[in-house]
Amino acid sequence: MSQPIVKLKNLNKWFGDLHVLRDISLEVDPSEVVVFIGASGSGKSTLLRCINFLEEAQKGEIWINGKEINPYRENLNKVRKKIGMVFQHFNLFPHMTVMQNVIEGPVQVTGTPRKTAREEGMELLEQVGLEDKADEYPEMLSGGQKQRVAIARALAMKPELMLFDEPTSALDPELVGEVLNVMKDLAKKGMTMAVVTHEMGFAREVAERVFYMDEGKIIETGTPGAIFDSPQHPRTKQFLSQIL
Amino acid sequence: MAVLEFIKTYSPLFLPAIWITIQITVLSILLGIVIGLVTALAKLTRVKLLNRIADLYITVIRGTPLIVQLSFIYFALPGIGIELSAFVAGSIGLGIHNGAYIAEIFRGGIQSISTGQTEAARSLGMTQSQTMRRIILPQALRRVIPPLGNQFIIALKDSSLAGLITVNEIYMTSRRLGASTYQQMEFYMLAGAFYLILVTLFSVVVQKIEKTLETSKRQSSEIL
Repeated sequence: MSQPIVKLKNLNKWFGDLHVLRDISLEVDPSEVVVFIGASGSGKSTLLRCINFLEEAQKGEIWINGKEINPYRENLNKVRKKIGMVFQHFNLFPHMTVMQNVIEGPVQVTGTPRKTAREEGMELLEQVGLEDKADEYPEMLSGGQKQRVAIARALAMKPELMLFDEPTSALDPELVGEVLNVMKDLAKKGMTMAVVTHEMGFAREVAERVFYMDEGKIIETGTPGAIFDSPQHPRTKQFLSQIL
Repeated sequence: MAVLEFIKTYSPLFLPAIWITIQITVLSILLGIVIGLVTALAKLTRVKLLNRIADLYITVIRGTPLIVQLSFIYFALPGIGIELSAFVAGSIGLGIHNGAYIAEIFRGGIQSISTGQTEAARSLGMTQSQTMRRIILPQALRRVIPPLGNQFIIALKDSSLAGLITVNEIYMTSRRLGASTYQQMEFYMLAGAFYLILVTLFSVVVQKIEKTLETSKRQSSEIL
């Protein structure tokens, strides 16, 4: 039996006095797509950011690929290398071209020769439909294009897990689809993905499991069908009635 | 036409002084940039001791007059066996002085880059120093060109204080010539004119650099 890519055990996080994650335990299996939903402030993004140690959880265990990661003893750069992250605001490097953005990780972190990195970068840009934008600077791109570059940049590190933190929330409505399509593609190819999103259509279509979070807790888990069509918890019902 | 005659006669006597002013300004700025960058990074690390040292340096330098700093280096340091020529003492003094201001300029520039940039770099697996070198500094340096240019101009004018520790720069030369010809006012005005010309030239150069950077790299206006 293959082990989970991510295993969280009783994860707790505080921002000062604010208890933002309460006893979060979950597992994500290889090639699984999980989606986190919930009101803003419910801890979804923080949870995602704890998985690649952009935030530090004060209590609990984080296991990546069957190994418990202690942020003080482990080389976090090595851990992060294998975990791609896509941000709400893209965070592309504005002083680099699209191609330079994509090859920055492989060249600087993995030591991939520039030529190889460029070839692989071009394939990734084709995959996200932006091969003709390789030499543009990010500011010349639309939001949807930027986010697709950001996805290609994360994929260039050949990650075992991709984290998406509200990847379409900063986009104009007409640009959401192109990003979701790239993500759907990725899911089909077997990428393990953890996605925080308000796109319920995407969750229903792609996710294997949906986690509903409220006040730092996971209060309901299930298949998209179960969560969306027959939510059990009153909070889940209320949240879904508000957004659907 | 007496004015033109005066300018024509005495301007050539200023040429060595102008050259010294330029040298001392450029040297002090270069030194200031090195000190400023190191200090800014020291201020931004999580190592408390380095924060303290950087703070102390900035506080002392910004809190005391330049003329006191220059005098200390030139007149007081020989007392503990450090003897520097006026030119070297002036360059170092001005460099240390400018460093404190440039440090704050760099710190502001670095902090103005959104944390999302750091997060994106770190999530690729880049180390802290790779992130600083490859992602943050290149963006920050572009942003600090205007305030840095401003500091260049201040440094140029401040170099006149090196005259008071016997460096033969523009101001000192005007005083010397004025005293020996009893035309002090005219020489002060001539010195002022030279500073004005140099500052104008500096400004033009800085603007050129700004323009080149803007077009060659397209400064991003949005929040990234």
